[in-house]
Amino acid sequence: MERQFLKGCEAIAESAVRAGCRFYAGYPITPQNEIPEYFARRMPEVGGVYLQGESEVASVNMVYGAAGGGTRCMTSSASCGISLKAEGMSYMAMARVPAVVLNAQRGGPGVGDIRPAQQDYFQATKALGNGGFQYIVLAPSTIQEAADMTYEAFDLADKYRNPVMVLTDGFTAAMMEPVVLPEQKSEEELAAIKAAKKADWALKGKVEGQPLHKISFNAGSKPPQGKFMNTGEDRNKTDAAMYELWKEEEVRYEEYRLDNAEVVIAAYGVAARISATAINILRAEGYKVGMIRPIRVNPFPEKPYAALDPAKVKGILVVEHSIPSQMIYDVKLATGNTIQIDTCLRSCGEIISRDQIVEDVKKIFAK
Amino acid sequence: MEEVKVYSRASSIPKNPYIGFCPGCMHSTTFKVIAEVLDELGIVDKTIECNGVGCSGLGLGYVYLDNVFCAHGRACAVATGIKRTNPDNIVFTYQGDGDGGSIGIAETIYAANRGENITMILINNGTYGMTGGQMAPTTLVGQKATTAPWGRNPEEHGYPVHIAELLDSLTAPAYIARVAMNSVQNVRKAKACIKKAFQYQMEGKGFSYVEVMSNCPTNWGMSPLETLEYMEEHTLKEFKLGEIRAK
Amino acid sequence: MERDLIVGGFGGQGVMRLAQLMCYTATETTDKYVSYFPTYGGEQRGGTANCFVIISDEKIGAMTAPKCDDLIVFNNPSLAKFEARLKPNGTMFVNTTVATDAPKRTDIKIVNVPATEIANEVGDIRCANLAMLGAYIGYTGLLPAENIKKTAEKKLGAKRPELIPLNNAAFDRGFEIGKAAREAEKEA
Repeated sequence: MERQFLKGCEAIAESAVRAGCRFYAGYPITPQNEIPEYFARRMPEVGGVYLQGESEVASVNMVYGAAGGGTRCMTSSASCGISLKAEGMSYMAMARVPAVVLNAQRGGPGVGDIRPAQQDYFQATKALGNGGFQYIVLAPSTIQEAADMTYEAFDLADKYRNPVMVLTDGFTAAMMEPVVLPEQKSEEELAAIKAAKKADWALKGKVEGQPLHKISFNAGSKPPQGKFMNTGEDRNKTDAAMYELWKEEEVRYEEYRLDNAEVVIAAYGVAARISATAINILRAEGYKVGMIRPIRVNPFPEKPYAALDPAKVKGILVVEHSIPSQMIYDVKLATGNTIQIDTCLRSCGEIISRDQIVEDVKKIFAK
Repeated sequence: MEEVKVYSRASSIPKNPYIGFCPGCMHSTTFKVIAEVLDELGIVDKTIECNGVGCSGLGLGYVYLDNVFCAHGRACAVATGIKRTNPDNIVFTYQGDGDGGSIGIAETIYAANRGENITMILINNGTYGMTGGQMAPTTLVGQKATTAPWGRNPEEHGYPVHIAELLDSLTAPAYIARVAMNSVQNVRKAKACIKKAFQYQMEGKGFSYVEVMSNCPTNWGMSPLETLEYMEEHTLKEFKLGEIRAK
Repeated sequence: MERDLIVGGFGGQGVMRLAQLMCYTATETTDKYVSYFPTYGGEQRGGTANCFVIISDEKIGAMTAPKCDDLIVFNNPSLAKFEARLKPNGTMFVNTTVATDAPKRTDIKIVNVPATEIANEVGDIRCANLAMLGAYIGYTGLLPAENIKKTAEKKLGAKRPELIPLNNAAFDRGFEIGKAAREAEKEA
């Protein structure tokens, strides 16, 4: 397969097109403007629709409509823009329509800091909109992963009839690396996907003698016989069962040089790739250090963290571009507070250096 | 004598709708008119409705069509997403004045400005009905609301927003009309305008907008008959009826 | 093997483009790992536009290195900022037309390239980055010159075909300077 040297944003947008994204709406915001710019040029070539919404709020609701109509669709933004999209996302999660939302994280809020960061972990994994809805959250650490995960996100969204979030950051959006792009799905396959949705649940127009397709508060599951709709609680129970299923089937993580590790780094996304370099340096110096990297931050990989042996692991170092740390709480929950956790953090555009991680790991060994 | 059927229930209004409206409320009249138009145009099986939030959202259970429950104010954005990806469907929004004229004014204006080939039906009854009678963008000067207990005061609250005329300042919209449901004659005129709005969409002419002057006996604190009189004497003097634009 | 390069200059001097052209070429002509990282945060202050390039046999983790093998500076602020980050015996390529301050380090190699002057001479100031890139390639031999020129033609020439011959001329003149510097070093 041919390698192409691409900017994160370009790789993401092209992968979305190849996954069959045929509707994109967005609103300009740094640092992901190359995504809408790419779609604006590319969508007409594949018979898709690109729209610049009048706001983030409008854009996400346009996507809600396109998703309800059965088209593979996407919106993207950065941090404060995602806050504005959160309500729309919760509507999509409530109505159970598949869509992909990408967050190129920056500091915040809004003009608080526009430079890259990883400061939306809580928002993405715990409370994206109200109502307690959840999303599978993919966390790429390289541009190749950003491309692959964006592609995969469309399949996951359709599989569960639920929005999926790709949680990346301004660093990854702006940098460039060689990428092998995923395969273009055929028009026939995409037409079949859309037709299947229309036959099942997507908006199409009333057919005499068949149930209406309503994109609404009761859309995710069939109401009991004789009832017009499920209650909100019925819906919550159905959704909660799906979230439990994710924990069994959709957890993804990477164990990096974890053998005999006495210090374990916990990091996702761009922080994880920097940590990998630090680990290589430390291992070369004889330090037994490894990493558990959530490839998806929701559902969180509890089991590998829970499996760490407090008798052997001196400490965990959470490496994250967020001050204070956000992922630390999930690591604490998974390890039941049995292992000391330290942090190596920067925020608001400052990038963590390999040296800083090396130093902080050595501090744990010196304890 | 041969029996001839002269009137029947519109096909998308069920006999026992799951949800109804307050007695005397013109939402049900408006829905009836829309449903009749869809039958007459033969587009029921193609039509997708985008419901706003508030009493307009009750349409979700009152009209049996494929539909979307949209977040407050966002119906025109949702309709945009549907129509752009399903151009063969007929897509309309059904929104209140608070929904389409206050919280969703941006979505309304920009869908109109893009000339989206959708139809927007906006119910103007001067109040937030479902939430209990708060001041709306269309509340008349002096008209009382729970959040304007001494009536709308221009110095404090500004003046009623004329949404149809706002849209008329844009180049793209194809059809703009304001109609009322307070008399048989007006209902007939309203039906003609609503039909025309859907025809514009069927012909691909672009954004069509019909503002429907309505009442709210419950929150106006009047009997249904009194609301008819109030509309003639006050509301329709502020909001002029008629076709504002028909490209 | 990992080769780290930092390029710094004013915005508008084509600093980022220079680095990108190298990376495009490395992607197309080698099977090495490549990363291009425009800098943010503290790195960005001081009126400079900087980027980090890594070309490596191993998968690239961190996109910025604390010390670099090569440094290209287009102005005085980036000279001042990055000189200390060059590894001992590393090479600094200086656009002497604009970066006029004298380097402080004595444990590094310096290749002087009057890139902006060359660009003006070939007919367009925008070609300064190609002159510098020519010098870098001429000195390091890191990537084939012909491929770099082809990439430049593809990436820059599409919008501005009139610049193609000027870019090539600037590149060639830089290339000779870089090559001569390398040969002089060998002889010494």
